[in-house]
Amino acid sequence: MAGLLWLIPVLPALGFVVNGLLGTRLSKKAVSVVACGVVLASFVLSALAVGQLAGMDQGARYMENRLAAWIPAVDAGGSSPGLTLDWLFVLDPLSAVMILIVTGVGLLIHIYSIGYMWEETGYWRYFAYLNLFMAMMLTLVLGGSFAVMFVGWEGVGLCSYLLIGYFYWKTDCADAGRKAFITNRIGDLAFVVGTLALFAAFGTLEFRPILASVAVGQGSTFLLTAVALCLFGGACGKSAQIPLYVWLPDAMAGPTPVSALIHAATMVTAGVYMVCRLSPLFLAAPAALAVVAIVGAATALFAATIGLAQNDIKKVLAYSTVSQLGYMFLAAGVGAFSAAIFHLTTHAFFKALLFLGSGAVIHALHHEQDMLKMGGLKGRLPVTYKVFLCGWLAICGIVPFAGFFSKDEILWRAFVWSPAIWAVAAVTAVLTAFYMTRLMGLTFWSPSRMDHHAEEHLHEVGPSMKWPLVALAVLSVVGGFLSVPSALGGDLMPFTMERWLEPVFEPATYAALLHGEVGGAEAAAAEAPQAPHAEHGAALEYGLMALALVLAALTMRFGYGFYKDGLDRAAAVRRRFSAAYDLLKNKYWVDEIYDAAVIQSFYRLCRAALTFDVRVVDGAVHLVRNLTVGSSYLSVFWDTWVVDGMVNLTGRSIRRASGLLRRLQTGLTQSYASAMVFGLFVLICVYMYVS
Amino acid sequence: MFQGLLSLICYVPLAGALLILFFPKDSKKGIAYFATAVAAIDFAISLPLFLQWDTSLAGFDQRTFERFDWIPSIGAQYVFGLDGISVLFVMLTTLLGLISVLSSWSAITERVKEYYIFLLVLQTGMLGVFMSLDFFLFYVFWEVMLVPMYFLIGIWGGANKLYAAIKFFLYTLFGSVLMLLGILAVYFYYGAQTGVYTFDYTQLVTLGADPEFFELSKWIFWAFFIGFAIKVPMFPFHTWLPDAHTEAPTAGSVILAGVLLKMGTYGFVRFNLPMLPEASRLYAPYMLALAVVGIIYGALVAMVQRDWKKLVAYSSVSHLGFCMLGVFALNVNGLNGGILQMINHGLSTGALFLIVGIVYERRHTRMISEYGGLSKQMPVFAAIFMIITMSSIGLPALNGFIGEFTILAGAFQIPSTVALSFMGWSVGGKFWAVCGVSGIVLGAAYMLWLYQRTMFGGLDNPENLKMTDCNTREVIYLVPLVACCFWIGLYPKPFFRILEKPVARLVEQVGGGRTGYAHLAAPGPAPAPANDPRAVE
Repeated sequence: MAGLLWLIPVLPALGFVVNGLLGTRLSKKAVSVVACGVVLASFVLSALAVGQLAGMDQGARYMENRLAAWIPAVDAGGSSPGLTLDWLFVLDPLSAVMILIVTGVGLLIHIYSIGYMWEETGYWRYFAYLNLFMAMMLTLVLGGSFAVMFVGWEGVGLCSYLLIGYFYWKTDCADAGRKAFITNRIGDLAFVVGTLALFAAFGTLEFRPILASVAVGQGSTFLLTAVALCLFGGACGKSAQIPLYVWLPDAMAGPTPVSALIHAATMVTAGVYMVCRLSPLFLAAPAALAVVAIVGAATALFAATIGLAQNDIKKVLAYSTVSQLGYMFLAAGVGAFSAAIFHLTTHAFFKALLFLGSGAVIHALHHEQDMLKMGGLKGRLPVTYKVFLCGWLAICGIVPFAGFFSKDEILWRAFVWSPAIWAVAAVTAVLTAFYMTRLMGLTFWSPSRMDHHAEEHLHEVGPSMKWPLVALAVLSVVGGFLSVPSALGGDLMPFTMERWLEPVFEPATYAALLHGEVGGAEAAAAEAPQAPHAEHGAALEYGLMALALVLAALTMRFGYGFYKDGLDRAAAVRRRFSAAYDLLKNKYWVDEIYDAAVIQSFYRLCRAALTFDVRVVDGAVHLVRNLTVGSSYLSVFWDTWVVDGMVNLTGRSIRRASGLLRRLQTGLTQSYASAMVFGLFVLICVYMYVS
Repeated sequence: MFQGLLSLICYVPLAGALLILFFPKDSKKGIAYFATAVAAIDFAISLPLFLQWDTSLAGFDQRTFERFDWIPSIGAQYVFGLDGISVLFVMLTTLLGLISVLSSWSAITERVKEYYIFLLVLQTGMLGVFMSLDFFLFYVFWEVMLVPMYFLIGIWGGANKLYAAIKFFLYTLFGSVLMLLGILAVYFYYGAQTGVYTFDYTQLVTLGADPEFFELSKWIFWAFFIGFAIKVPMFPFHTWLPDAHTEAPTAGSVILAGVLLKMGTYGFVRFNLPMLPEASRLYAPYMLALAVVGIIYGALVAMVQRDWKKLVAYSSVSHLGFCMLGVFALNVNGLNGGILQMINHGLSTGALFLIVGIVYERRHTRMISEYGGLSKQMPVFAAIFMIITMSSIGLPALNGFIGEFTILAGAFQIPSTVALSFMGWSVGGKFWAVCGVSGIVLGAAYMLWLYQRTMFGGLDNPENLKMTDCNTREVIYLVPLVACCFWIGLYPKPFFRILEKPVARLVEQVGGGRTGYAHLAAPGPAPAPANDPRAVE
C-alpha cells in the first residue's frame, strides 16, 4: 500500500487532464463521471491506506513512498549542502485524518456540484479545476517535505485563483481571484524564507529529519522562533488570519460549492495543518507559539464581530470561517494540536454543510444572496432547512452535535493556558451563536421578504444536491464522537482522535528517530507529561463546558426571539447603535485602509520607479548620446574653424604676405635706391645711438 | 563521435542563409519553408549532444573539440568545444531558433528573403559564441551577432524601430569594446608571463590560479563586467532592452530574450568566475546588490507598463536579476539554479513573446488596454498563456520554481561576511536572499494583473470579437515550450546531472574551496553527524 500512496493525488490529477483536454468533446454526464469517479477512487484508496495504517502499532504508524528524485543530490561537499529534493509522500495519523476529510468531503461536494453547476457554461472547466484542486490538496497533506508540501500549497492557491475567477468575465470575480493569489503570495514569501532558513540550518527540507533535529535540541531558539514565525506568516496567508485574512470574504465570488470545499473545509485549513505538522518546531519556539495563539484569538473575535452585520449569506459564512480558523490556531497556539485538528475535522463537516445549504438556498432563489430578500424558507425548503438546522446546532456547540466536543476541548485548554484567551474564545462562541442564529432567522424563520418572481420559481434541491447535504448533516451530528474528551468518558471509547494523533504531536517520537531506539516513541509517549487533566481536575472542565453550553443556548434562544417575527427589532437596535453598526457593516474599513496605505503607495512606488527609469537611467543614456552628438558638433566646429582654419589661415596669410611683398617688386631703380639710402640712414642712427 | 559536429551545427544556418540567396524573391513560402527546414535540421543534429552527453565530465568534452590554427602570428586559433554548461545553451539556441523561424511565417510579409537570411546568420553567430573557446574567435562571433539583430529590429520592427536598433547596437558595442580591452589585457599579461601569446581560453583560464594576477584582474573584472552587464542586462544598464524588445519583430524578441541576454550571464560564468576568481569574490557583494536591485526594480517598473511587450521586457530584467543572484552566490546551489534559470527564462519569456506576437498579428497593437476578455474568444491560447504565466511566476511543478528555489537556497548559504558596508551599516548574507524572495510576490502581482487585463473581464472592445484562437502552427511552436516547462518543473534531474560536475569544478575554481567563500567562512561547528534519520530506518 505504501508504494501506492502517490496514486491518491495522481488519480484526481488524471481526471484534470482528461477533462481539461477532452472536456469540450465530452458530454456533461461523462465529465461528471470522470470527475467524481477519480475522487471516489482516491477516497477508496485513502480509506484502504488508512486502514492499513491503523493496523500498525501505535508508535510505528508511518508509511512513506519515495517516488523519485526531483532535484537530485549534487556533488557539493564541504559545509554548503546541495539542495536535494525527492518526490516523497508520507502517510501518518495526521495526514490520514486530512486525506479522509479531503477525499470524503471532496467527494460529496463533487457530487453536489453536478446539480449545482449543471446549467453553467464551461461545466467541464469547473470539474477540471476541481479535480486539480483535489490533486494539489492531497499533495499538500501527503507531502513528506517542505518542497512537496509547497507544490500542493501553491497548487491549491492556483486552483483557488482559477475557481474564484471561474466567472472571469465578471470583473469582481477576476479581482477577487487575483487578490486571493497575491495575498497568499505575501504569506508565501514568509513561508519560503522560513523554509530556506531551515534548509540553510539543517541541510534538508524533509519534515522528519528536521523535526528530529529540533526535538533533540538542535538549532538555536532565535533561529527556531524566527523560522516558526515565518512559517506562521505563510499560514496566515493560506488560512486567512490577521493581517492577511482580507482575501477570503472576497473569495466568495466563486461558485458556492467551491466556497464549501476550498474556502471552508480544506484549503484554508492548510495553515492549521502545517502548524500541527511542525508541532515539535513550534513547541521549541514558545514565543512563536504564543503569537499563534494570540493571532488566532484576535482573528476569531475580530471576524466574528464582522459576521454580525453582514447581509450576504455567504459573507456571513466566510467571516465565520475566518473566525473558526482563528479558533483552530488558538488551539494550536496553546499546544492543543489534536484539539485543533479535531476542530478542523468537525468544522469541515458543518461548514461544508452550511455552505452547501446556503448554495441550495441561493440556487432556489435564482442566485439571490442577500438575506434581506429571503425569509420564510422554513416551510418552502424543508430539506434544506433541516440540514441547515443540524449545521447551526453543530457550529453553535450544542451537545451532542459535532461542534460541541471540538469547541469545548479548545475552550478549556485555552483556559488552562490563559483565562484571558479563554474569555476571548468564549465571547467569540457567543457571537458565533448569535450571527448564526441571525442567519437562520433572516433566512428561514422570519416572514418572507422575497419578491414575487423569486417566490414563484422557488424549488427544493434535486437528488444530486440533496444526498451530499444529508450525508454532511449526519456527519455534523455524529462527528463529535470521533474524539470524546476523556472527562466525558472518552477513555472508554474504542477510538478517539486525540489518542490517534498523539504520537504525531509528541516530540519524543521524532527524537527517538535520531536515537534509533526501537519502539522509542511509545516509551517516550509514556514518559511524556500527561495532558493537564490531572492538574486542574475534571470539575473545572465540567464547569467550563456547562458555562459555554448555557451561554450558547441562551444566545440562540434570544436570537430566535429577536428575528422570528421580522426585522423591526433589529432595525431599532441598528438605529440606536448606528456608529457601531456602520463599523461592522463596513468590516472596520480594513479593505479601504489597506488600499490607501499599502496598495496605493505600492503603485506610487511603481510609478516613481518608472519615472526614475525614464528620466534618470534612460536619461543618463540619452545624456551620453547628447554629449556625444554635441561633442561631434564641437568637433566639427573645431575641425572647420580651427584645424582646417589653421591650414586655410596659413595659406591665406602666405598669399596675403606675398601680395604685400609683391608690391615691393616695383622694378623702378629709383625706389630701390631711395630704399637703400633710407636703410643706410637708419643703420647709422642705430649705430650712433648704441655707441 | 561528435567530431566536427559543432562546426556543422554552427554553420548549417549560415549555409542555409547562403542558399536562400538563390531563391527567387517572390517565393515567400518557399523561403519560409526552407528556412524552417534548415532550423529543424540544425535542431535535430544538435539533439545527440544533449541525449548522449557524458555527465561525468567536469571540463570540456574532448569528443567535441575542434582546434585549428587561424592567425598564427597573433596566436588566434579556431577552437570549438562544449562543457555541460554550454551544451545547454546550444540546445536552447537551436530550439528557440527553430521556434522563432516557425513563428515568422505569417508575421513577416515584406522583404522575406532578407529576413530569413538575417535570422539564420544570427543563429550561427549565437551558436559560435557558446561554442568558441578562443577569445579572439569568441569576440568575432560576439560582434557578428550584432549586425543581423540590428537589421532585424531596424527593418522589421515597430514604429520606433530605428531608435531602438541604433540604441541596441551602440550600447552593446560600447560594452564589447571594453570587453575587448579586457581580453587584450589578459592576452598580453599571459604572454608576458609565459612567453606564449595565445587567445586560447583553456590556457588563459589557468591565470585564475595565479596570485600575482589579482591586481590586474580587478581592472579586467570591471572591463568584462561592463561588456556582460549590458548584455544581461543588469541594472542600471538595462534601458536598451525595453526598447529593443518592444520594437523587434516577434522572432527577434524571442531570440533577444531567450538567447542574447544569456550571453551576458554566460560570460560571467565562463570568464569572470574561473579566470578572475579573487576579483569575483571581492566584488560579489556589488554584483549581488545590483542583482537584487534588478529583481525588485524590474518588477516595479513592469507593474505600471501599458505596453504588453514592455511589461514582459521589464520582467526579463527582474528574472535575469535572479540568475545573477544565483551566479554570484558562488556556491553549488546558486550556480546550478542560476544556470538552470537562464534556460527557464529562455523558455518561458520566449513563450511570452510568442504569445504577444500571436495577438499582435491579429490586432496590430501592443497596448494592454486594447484587450480584455480574450479567454472567451481564444480558450486554447488562454490555457497556454496561463501555464506560461504560472511558469514565469515560479509556481512549483513548473520550471520557474526549480530555478528560483535553487537560487534562493544558494543565496541563503551566502555567508554574512559577503556584505556591503556603508557608514557603519552593513548589509549582506541572508539579506540578499530575503530581498530576492520578494520577487516572487512582485512577479505574481504584475503577471496576474497583465493576465487579468488581457484575458479576463468582458469582451468590451468590438475589435477583439474578430480575434481567432491559436491555429495549428501556433500550437505546434508553443507546445514544445510548455512541455519543457513541465519537464524541468517535474523532473529536472537530467539538467542537474549535466550541470553537476562542471558547476562543482567552477565552484572549486572560484572559491579555492568547495564552499565558494571558504576563505571567509568562520570556522564553525562541523555539521552534526547522523542528521539523517533515513539512515536509521
